[in-house]
Formats: sequence, structure tokens, C-alpha cells
Amino acid sequence: MSDVLGDPGVPHDVSDSLAVLEKQRSTAETFGIPLAVLLEVTHRCPLQCPYCSNPVELDRAGKELTTEEWKRVLTELAEIGVLQVHFSGGEPTARKDLVELIKHASDTGLYTNLITSAVLLTRDKLGEFADAGLCHVQISFQGTEDIAADRVAGYKGAHHKKLEVAKWTRELDLPLTVNAVMHRQNLHQLPDIIQMAVDLDADRLEVANVQYYGWALKNRAALMPTVAQLDETTRIVEEARERLKGTLAIDYVVPDYYALRPKKCMGGWGRQFFNISPAGKVLPCHAAESITGLDFESVRSNHSIAWIWQNSDAFNRYRGTGWMKEPCKTCEFREIDFGGCRCQAFALTGDAANTDPACALSPLHETIFKQAEREAEGETNRFLYRNFAGGTWESGENGA
Amino acid sequence: MAGPRHISVSEASRPVLPRHAKLKYDETRKVWVILAPERVLAPDEIAVEVLQLCDGIRNVGDMADQLAAKYAAPRDAILSDVIAMLQDLADKGFLTEAREKTS
Repeated sequence: MSDVLGDPGVPHDVSDSLAVLEKQRSTAETFGIPLAVLLEVTHRCPLQCPYCSNPVELDRAGKELTTEEWKRVLTELAEIGVLQVHFSGGEPTARKDLVELIKHASDTGLYTNLITSAVLLTRDKLGEFADAGLCHVQISFQGTEDIAADRVAGYKGAHHKKLEVAKWTRELDLPLTVNAVMHRQNLHQLPDIIQMAVDLDADRLEVANVQYYGWALKNRAALMPTVAQLDETTRIVEEARERLKGTLAIDYVVPDYYALRPKKCMGGWGRQFFNISPAGKVLPCHAAESITGLDFESVRSNHSIAWIWQNSDAFNRYRGTGWMKEPCKTCEFREIDFGGCRCQAFALTGDAANTDPACALSPLHETIFKQAEREAEGETNRFLYRNFAGGTWESGENGA
Repeated sequence: MAGPRHISVSEASRPVLPRHAKLKYDETRKVWVILAPERVLAPDEIAVEVLQLCDGIRNVGDMADQLAAKYAAPRDAILSDVIAMLQDLADKGFLTEAREKTS
């Protein structure tokens, strides 16, 4: 997902009466409580997208926090100064108590956002969410036409249902964000996806290139775009932004493999973001559990969420710059990108304290970039679908 | 259905925050904020004062009257400032117009 806050599209110079709070009063210096928190209320999901951002080792239903536990978490978040919560998953609507959780969040004054695959929703259910105080809906799309989109989702009828739910969303006067995760097998549909977002009366479109960890890393050979595809994507996004100014805001996330500078992942570890996993772990990033050797504290522990954020070992391990090794340690960009993504550094180098290989200054950058480039030009199109069994290989036409 | 996406703010407009933009006092950070999808905005004091008058009942002219009286300032200057500020908000999608009731 994209950065939760700090949209570069909003001007924030002093002459402007509106400013992005995150930029004006940075939490970065004080590690103040984040403005928004991602709640992954379940890992259960009827879709099987091969680039799912959930960890490969998913939390089973039996480990999920109970309704009362989530309500206690929501109350605590509001008390310590969190302003927005994103209900995500897995598929958050797989939880029967979601209406109750949205209602409770609204009652405590939290701004609520639903990040959904939409396939489990009915119009009545969405209406109940709206009545409970839901403020915004984000629906993921896998493409623009049934066969290809349903193949990526690993779920027949998904695309058709998503279009229907998007329509209900606007009928209920809820603002809509279309989230389109992009990769080699759907990038050619980008112009149609942009038009689809306009036709659905969305306010925002996230054109999010896959980020390659967890499930996506397992599927990298089938998903990695070519450099030419990426250049074309950037051109299309820039043209559409200009053409649709005032109609559709477009957020654009490039795949960092093809960047020279790594992304400032999560705004820097433990600086402005945390999420809570289905089992109640408080995490610096939704992929953080992929880093072995870190012990993440739970909301079920004796510690408060604020204490975990400020004091726990996992949050402090990669905070700031003290943990860095070369080339990060003496790099002039160390406080700009904080060495990139810790999860990616761990996945690709075996040590989360290494420079993210997305950075051109990493000794591994060249090797990994070349490998990705080869994969992008290759013939491998078969998906490993995401599920609780550790993944299932695609069968049929694209299968082995 | 949703209110109009693009509005042109005039003296007769009766602006109101759409349901997805919420004006709130943040007790932790001691600052007014507008909560919006994926964003938190920090309006300045004047913007907050104007936004608190945006109830979908008052029109912009009423607001200018009220602020001119309160600050003993020329109404024309206030009116143009208020319109500019609200138009800016509307252009960013954080303001809509109260709709006429259909009889």
C-alpha cells in the first residue's frame, strides 16, 4: 500500500491555509503517535492474489483478536492520539463483527477507512457500514476485464462483483479509491484502468506497482515488469494526472527494483507508521514478521500500545540511523531514505541492517537488478496463489 | 447520490463539509484537523473559523456579515478572502454544497 499520509499532491507552503499535518508538524523528531494505523483484522480472504502483502505465514482464524479485544484496541488508539484507522486484512469483511468495529471506532472519534476486495459485500452490508460511520472505501482491482482479472485474483466472478460494489459505494455517497496493483501481466491495461476509475466516479486511484517481498517475491518471475513497460507506465500516469486534474487524483508507486534510490519505506522504521496484525502484534510494517529474530509485542501483553511504540525492542532496533552499517552509515541520504526497506534488505541479503539492494549504492544492487531484468524478459507466467497452505501453483494454460 | 464534485463558490453558496471530510480538534496535538481519505490536513485559525460556519444553512454572504461584524473589518475584503479560501478547499474535494430540498 502507499504511504498512509503525506500526499505530495497537496501543497503545504505557509501561504496555504491548509497543510498536510504530517509535514507541518513532523512526528519524525519525537516519534509521536502516528496519525493513522493499519488494522489487519484477519488474514482470511477469498482471493488468492500472488502478490498479497500479507506474510507467507498467515495468522489462522483461531489466533485472531476477539471483538472485545479489537474494541479495546480502538479505544486505546483514539485515546493516545491516532486519528484514522484503516480496516484491512486479509479481507476485513470476512469478520462477522466488522459493523460493530466500525461503529465502535466512529463512536470513539476515529476516521474509518475500509480496504476491501469487495467480493463478500452485499449492498445491505455496505449500507450498514455507512450507517455505522464508515468514511471511505478502497476497493482493489486486478484488471479491467473478467477473465484476466479473475485469474490474478484466483476467484471467479471477482471483477464483476467489484464493479457492482464500487457502484453501491458511490450510491451511498461514500468516497471511493480504486487500488490497482500493477505488474507485468496487467500493465498493458493501465489506460483502461484509469478510465474505469473515472467511470466508477472514484476520487482517487492508486497505481501501485507490486513491491517484491513475501508472496510477491515468490512470484517475482511472473510479475516483474520490463524497464520499457515501466517507462510507458510512468508516461501514461503523468499524462492522465494532467488530463484528470480535479477529477481523479492518482497516486503512483514505482517498483523500487528499477529505481536508483530506495524508497523511504514506511516513512522510516518506527517513525510514523505501525500496524496491528490479526493476532494483535504491533508491527512497524505489515511485512515486518518476515524478519526473523525480531520479537514483536502484542496488544495482549501487559504493555500499552504507546509503550510498545516508544520502547519495544522491535521498534527501536532500526529506528533513526544508529543501527546502520556502510554504505548507509556515512551516506548523505541516510536521513532521507533511512536505508530503504528493512524487510527487503532481509529478504534479499539475509540481514535487515544491510542497505536495501534497491539502492544503487548497495553492493548487491547490480546483481539483483540484472536478475529482475532477466526475469521480466522471461517466459514464466505461472502464479503461486496465496493461501493458508503455503501457496498453490496455478494449473491450466499458464501452469507447468 | 453524491453531491456535486466541483462547485463554484459564490456569495450565495451554502457550503458544507462532505461526509468524508471531518473537522475535529485533535486533543493530543492541540490543533484543529480535517480528516479526509488517506490524509490529515491542518487548517489555519481563520480557515477553522470559516469552516465552523459552514453548516449548509448559512450562505457565504451570511458568513462575511458575521465575520465583518466580529472583526470590525470591511465586508468586501472578508468576502473575497472567504470565497478564495473555500474555493481552494472545494477544488481539493473537501467542500460540497448543501442541496436544495426537492419539494
